[in-house]
Amino acid sequence: MSQMSNKQRIGAEAVETKGWFGAHKWLILRRLSQLSILTLFLLGPLAGIWIVKGNLNYSYTLNVLPLTDPYVALQSLLAGKVPETLGLIGVGIVLLFYFLVGGRVYCSWVCPINMVTDAAGWLRDRLGIKGASSLSAKTRYWVLGMTLVGSAVTGVVLWELINPVSMLHRGLIFGVGAAWMVVLAIFLFDLFVMNRGWCGRLCPVGAFYSLVGRWSPVRVSASLRSACNDCMDCFEVCPEPQVIRPALKGEGKGVGPVILAPNCTNCGRCIDVCSKDVFRFGLRTNNPASTIAIVAQGAKR
Amino acid sequence: MTEKTPKSAAARRQFIFDSAKMVCGVGMLGLGLGLYAKQSKALPALALRPPGALPEDDFLGACIRCGLCVRDCPYNTLVLAKPEDPVTTGTPFFTARNIPCEMCDDIPCVKACPTKALDHGLTDINKAKMGIAVLIDHETCLNFLGLRCDVCYRVCPVIDKAITLDLQPNQRTGRHAMFLPTVHSEHCTGCGKCEKSCVLEESAIRILPPKLAQGSLGKHYRVGWEEQKKAGGSLIDESKMLDLPDRLPEGAVLPGHYDPASGHTEAMRGMAGSEAGVIPSLPPGLGGKP
Repeated sequence: MSQMSNKQRIGAEAVETKGWFGAHKWLILRRLSQLSILTLFLLGPLAGIWIVKGNLNYSYTLNVLPLTDPYVALQSLLAGKVPETLGLIGVGIVLLFYFLVGGRVYCSWVCPINMVTDAAGWLRDRLGIKGASSLSAKTRYWVLGMTLVGSAVTGVVLWELINPVSMLHRGLIFGVGAAWMVVLAIFLFDLFVMNRGWCGRLCPVGAFYSLVGRWSPVRVSASLRSACNDCMDCFEVCPEPQVIRPALKGEGKGVGPVILAPNCTNCGRCIDVCSKDVFRFGLRTNNPASTIAIVAQGAKR
Repeated sequence: MTEKTPKSAAARRQFIFDSAKMVCGVGMLGLGLGLYAKQSKALPALALRPPGALPEDDFLGACIRCGLCVRDCPYNTLVLAKPEDPVTTGTPFFTARNIPCEMCDDIPCVKACPTKALDHGLTDINKAKMGIAVLIDHETCLNFLGLRCDVCYRVCPVIDKAITLDLQPNQRTGRHAMFLPTVHSEHCTGCGKCEKSCVLEESAIRILPPKLAQGSLGKHYRVGWEEQKKAGGSLIDESKMLDLPDRLPEGAVLPGHYDPASGHTEAMRGMAGSEAGVIPSLPPGLGGKP
């Protein structure tokens, strides 16, 4: 880390070995996912093509598929209100989906704030801003707990009073109003005050989806960790760097290569920036304590 | 929180200090949010919720801010509150003076709601209670000035039930009638068509939340004449009623005075339609003989 000043940009080595597209594959797919979901929501109000109605809190697709944000529904439930049948079915579908693909896939593949905080993170890196102020990455669980208890106490869906995620998404679809100021505040907070401050430390929505994906089968695995050359690019690019170490450096401790930490967003940036192709998507069950044999097999082929 | 056991006293101190810092910070955020939640329950008087909406306290716990009711409203009546609006962010409301509720028979907004924020038990739009129309300004209402505007009465979807025109003598001219728009709360749905179409610069009739618009009788109150009607006659033995002397000067007549002993009421000045006899000098059309 101390040689950051004369270090190449993150992922430069990967671009050299894999080409620009190879080194940005998952990032491009992710942006496509985020933008196409947004486009689907916008087609109705902008072009009159009503495929999806509603917003991320609840949407109704082609008058068949209900999708409900389980975190909002849980707050409402704690406030003493049970949704209608469609709303409940929507909760079930969303919970099942994110349980299967990884809870925080919501954060990195769907949430519109991700593009804001990613932009802030990118700019922070380009401008070389170093900030000392930091909060524990566990803070978000306290915020999550506070919103749940608070909803029960006040009888109001508490986090929705200020939730920047739904404010931005709703704003884009139903008219933005002053929501852009909240979004700008998050951008500036992440840029100047705290690296990855919002998504990585504070946002209770991410905390909730971390819990949903606690046992998700789809995970990133450092299956070729023996090829790691300690370039640190994955740590630099990862929005939740603390999740990588146990898996990547676990060989000596008998820890498997799968990133099991629920805060991992399955964004796949580590796969992109690694010039040695250490990481790949895999199943959490495919997690042998030692990966030397796998590497040997790979070498034989 | 306690993923690793702090090893030394210093580490333990640091751990407790960090935890306290975090709990304090989150606690302050929670306190702020809680107070904000309390404030948010105060819905501005002129912001109306969609038909079937729960009372505001319950509504904010049930509504998940999805905007499906807004999408399925065919008249673009409903809007979602923006952060700068005085209505809780993301919740649906309408302003009668802008676009009133057209009272669709199939109530699509209620059907679209994925929660119980809008009561799915509401299937007859005439039973909706979005608010209650109140003719709030008697000084500018054209009908109160003795003119025949009648617009609020004419546009009312529940005409002659929710709004009627009540005849009163025009005291100013002494020879005309005033047709006073009168709202009957049991039929008014609070759709806001009257408020929207009031011809004044500022509407004289407005939809207000029932809480603001209505008084409430004490639970022990009984209205005598209704009880009498229910019982099919007087509730007391009137023959035993004690009639105290009226102590009026000899030969004096008190207009409108009811004498229980004889059951006779003296004729009263003015009021058309009262049980008292009419005064012959009344102009034609107000009860006087033509």
